Amino acid sequence: MSATARGMSIGRTLRHMPATAIIGFVLIAAYAVVTLFAPVLAPYGQAEIVGAQFEPWGGPFPLGTDALGRDMLSRLIWGARNTVTVALLTTVLAFLLGSVTGLLAAVFGGWVDMVLSRVVDILMAIPALIFTLLLLSALGPGIGNLVMVIAVLDGTRVFRLARAAAMDVMVMDYVEAARLRGEGTWWLIRREVLPNIAAPLIAEFGLRFCFVFLTISALSFLGLGLPPPLADWGGMVRDNAALITFGDITPLLPAAAIAVLTIAVNFVVDWMLHRASGLKD
Amino acid sequence: MLLDIRNLKVEARGEDGWTPILHGVDLQLDRGEVVGLIGESGAGKSTLGVASMGYAAPGLRFAGGEVLLDGTDLLKLPPARRRPFRGHRIAYVAQSAAASFNPAWRLLTQFTEGPLIHGTATRAESEAFARDLYARMNLPDPDNFGLRYPHQVSGGQLQRAMVAMAMACRPELIVFDEPTTALDVTTQVSVLAAIRESVRDFNLAAIYITHDLAVVAQMADRIKVMRHGREVEEAPTRQMLEAPEEDYTRSLWAVRSFRRPPRVLPEDEVPALRASGVTAGYDRGGDVLRDVSFEVPHGSTVAVVGESGSGKSTTARVITGLLPPRLGQVALNGQLLPPRLADRTREQLRSVQMIYQMADTALNPRQTIRQILSRPLSFYRRLSGKAREARLRQLMEQIELEPNLFLGRLPGELSGGQKQRIGIARALAAEPDFIICDEVTSALDQLVAEGILRLLSRLQDETGVSYMFITHDLATVRAIADRVVVMQHGRVVDSGTTSEVLDRPRHPYTAELLASVPEADPDWLTRRIAEGAG
Amino acid sequence: MSAAQGHPLRRMILRRLLIGLFTLFVISVLVFLAVSLLPGDIAQQVLGQAATPETVAAFRRELGLDEPLIQRYISWIGGVLTGDFGRSLANGRPVAELLAGRLGNTMFLATYAAVIAVPFAVLIGLLAALWRGGWFDRTANVLTLTAISFPEFFIAYILMYWLSVRLGLFPSIADPGASPSLGDMITRAFLPALTLVLVVTAHMMRMTRAAVVNVLGAPYIAMARLKGASPWRVITWHALPNALAPIINVIALNVAWLIAGVVIVEVVFVYPGLGQLMVDSVTNRDIPVVQACALIFAAVYILLNLLADVLAIATNPRLLHPR
Repeated sequence: MSATARGMSIGRTLRHMPATAIIGFVLIAAYAVVTLFAPVLAPYGQAEIVGAQFEPWGGPFPLGTDALGRDMLSRLIWGARNTVTVALLTTVLAFLLGSVTGLLAAVFGGWVDMVLSRVVDILMAIPALIFTLLLLSALGPGIGNLVMVIAVLDGTRVFRLARAAAMDVMVMDYVEAARLRGEGTWWLIRREVLPNIAAPLIAEFGLRFCFVFLTISALSFLGLGLPPPLADWGGMVRDNAALITFGDITPLLPAAAIAVLTIAVNFVVDWMLHRASGLKD
Repeated sequence: MLLDIRNLKVEARGEDGWTPILHGVDLQLDRGEVVGLIGESGAGKSTLGVASMGYAAPGLRFAGGEVLLDGTDLLKLPPARRRPFRGHRIAYVAQSAAASFNPAWRLLTQFTEGPLIHGTATRAESEAFARDLYARMNLPDPDNFGLRYPHQVSGGQLQRAMVAMAMACRPELIVFDEPTTALDVTTQVSVLAAIRESVRDFNLAAIYITHDLAVVAQMADRIKVMRHGREVEEAPTRQMLEAPEEDYTRSLWAVRSFRRPPRVLPEDEVPALRASGVTAGYDRGGDVLRDVSFEVPHGSTVAVVGESGSGKSTTARVITGLLPPRLGQVALNGQLLPPRLADRTREQLRSVQMIYQMADTALNPRQTIRQILSRPLSFYRRLSGKAREARLRQLMEQIELEPNLFLGRLPGELSGGQKQRIGIARALAAEPDFIICDEVTSALDQLVAEGILRLLSRLQDETGVSYMFITHDLATVRAIADRVVVMQHGRVVDSGTTSEVLDRPRHPYTAELLASVPEADPDWLTRRIAEGAG
Repeated sequence: MSAAQGHPLRRMILRRLLIGLFTLFVISVLVFLAVSLLPGDIAQQVLGQAATPETVAAFRRELGLDEPLIQRYISWIGGVLTGDFGRSLANGRPVAELLAGRLGNTMFLATYAAVIAVPFAVLIGLLAALWRGGWFDRTANVLTLTAISFPEFFIAYILMYWLSVRLGLFPSIADPGASPSLGDMITRAFLPALTLVLVVTAHMMRMTRAAVVNVLGAPYIAMARLKGASPWRVITWHALPNALAPIINVIALNVAWLIAGVVIVEVVFVYPGLGQLMVDSVTNRDIPVVQACALIFAAVYILLNLLADVLAIATNPRLLHPR
């Protein structure tokens, strides 16, 4: 009975899904395909110099070449793999860091919560981009530093959300019932709290990915992202920006690639949040 | 005729389009007449009440029928032309005055808002009228009362201020939507008196919405019983009270007559639970409990009675170990319980169980009933496999729910009463000696609540478990308790067997509490006012 | 009575101010430590592996790295408080001199954007909340969601492409040159400011809407409707006073987007501000300049949030009129 009921509810969910969410899902799937199969899809390698500088669109280079004579289309495709993978990795790290500490703060309360919350307050007291620039200038550039710094700074936002959501659950009578039964902390986290904060956390993951992705793109654009010759979208905009003043929109393509993925994720998250808030009342 | 609602249909937005919640209801009201709407939750009382103002709450819509006020069909008017009626000719008094007054403005400013919007009076006239009404409502310092902000005023006073505000434009009709439900009984009397007096003095028509038969008996000329968005029956108050025609109405009336047969409890050397000299408080705050002592004999039910803030729930927290007391101790079967939860053995934890007021928040919405009930079985009794499944089924039969139907469900798929039964089964699964029932029936409709009380007393007869029954409702106490402990301001002011305490009250507070509980007799409030209360 | 009234309010504001000052202190320590405690020898790293031990040692002395940490902090913060941020490693000029003109430029750009964005965003947020679920709300939702999904530089280049390259309305390089007139500055900074407005409005509008919608769910709003108040009156008289504190906080929080946006936009439009200086200095690892910029940005952000908190406390009737 419950299997068919669940099947029906999925069908109903799909029927009621707004156009924006469907577009979002389709686009995310397309990006996933490009990210996974970049080596197959890209005509050339990302560092391969295959033509003259700034060749126009058409012929062997559908989107022309860049300042070093590398194929734009190939670099766009490789850029998907590089940029999305780094952003995803950073988001996962930020998420693990933030949600684990947030849960601990909520479940243990007391001084654990005090210390963690104060540290997060301080980290959040500086605008994230400024803090990132400061830390990167001290640590030096590099993918490792980039991922770590952004993961820690974005983890603070996840911490806030996970802590608040878990706090809401911790005051529920069913958690008190479990504590009175004598359950340990691990049980409380795993069985009572986590299943009940999964929905907002998943939405937060999407949101976080957007912010991380945009931050990494911004840093790449500022010249502090992935080191050359790796193709990444923010850096590609920077390298070819001069073309815009000549009326050539090629540098806008990687920027658009960033924008479209972020919009897609945001559309899906917006729908999920809307659904969650609608179910509450 | 002032108000004539004909065949009114209202729908609510659900996941799959619109579902009807009022299926064609009629309501007629003459000037100066008070009609009481009574029914359980989901009956559509409030929806009907505000519909008389041409208003549907967000998420609801009118799907048919007419709302004629003095012959004008409000539903045919566009929203902008309905507004001149609201607050002007028909006013509204909400359940929670604390939430329904805007926290940003003074009471007087909110009083004069209506008259100024509708142009019925100047600010000066309106303010003078406010002071007059505040005085009639027995509000303190009526000349300056309106200068306060809502958060500076107590609940009962705020509710009276809201009644005054409803009268600001001298309306012809007021809709009272459970105006005393959120109040303590001793406060309720003064608000009821204020409402009835003003309705009479100004010859108002009123719709009085409540789930409490005794309250509506004091207020209404006529009573309409509603259920599931339909009218059950309607009759003048006395006739409705004495000779209801429908079975449903009779069952509603009968709820209050449930009495457990009196029992002779065996003399007990060592009680199931003994609290001695408990003094407790939160963090660095003052003492919430002061020197609280009482006993719960084996196999008995002891009701702990008091109004909000009397320390009933804090007492429960001390017993369960959530709040270690500052002084005093708690003993179970003669053995001292460690004050802190963390220091108690699994066996001690098993012996004391708890049932909560809000079944909604007491069950984890992400666990099936099977998971919820299995955990105490495996945790305390180490049951698994077939043995656990057999015990699960036995528990479900004890609480009168069909195992095959319910074990696989999530709490969200159960009704309020069913959820409360699962809460009982979870406590029972531990095979405890002592169960704390914290207002277990106060969030439930009366018929459902009665079923829970019957179940609890039957389970006690079967298992010999002792109950500490926390409640503010004296009818519940009479129905189920062997002994009563009365609390006020964190102290035990009276205790004894139920008949000792309730039939011949020795303490003035117990007497006041008893006298404040409305009776299903239309003359009760008149008598009570004559006796000088409020 | 009035003495008793002011008391808890003053105490809360004082408390908040002290917390703000403490945060500033901790941040200054963090900014200072960021370059002092991190792994590796900063002097070696900056000079590269080829540097001789003598040059490294001389450089360390110049940075004051051989003194104890606390002493270095005290002399550094002492300098900062008197307007001395040390000397740039890149060109040896005093950092304060580098900052002087640029700070003004950045403040001008940020204020320019804020003056347009704040009223605009709050108004749209209010209207979307008022007509929530309607076409205006849905359109605003999709548009702002799109705007916050765009990288700042994408918006900047689109504006540059259309308004500057294609239509020729505004200059694509925003450098106002030496001693420009106000009119000049406004035209020159128009594209960067417009970019910032779009980014900030999107974030701020969404948060304003959420804050107002949250208030609109309260029972006193239903009560206001049942008193016959018009929708506009419900929003402005009943909802807004209670949504004021969250909206003020939203505005302050969005200063973070403004600052991040400023950094990017200044680079795109070659606008001589603090953000561009900071990015250049990060690339050159010109640590004293980075520290100075970070400290200024952080201080502005903290002070504005402090101001917002104080305002939020001061508009709360429960605190204004205690029991």
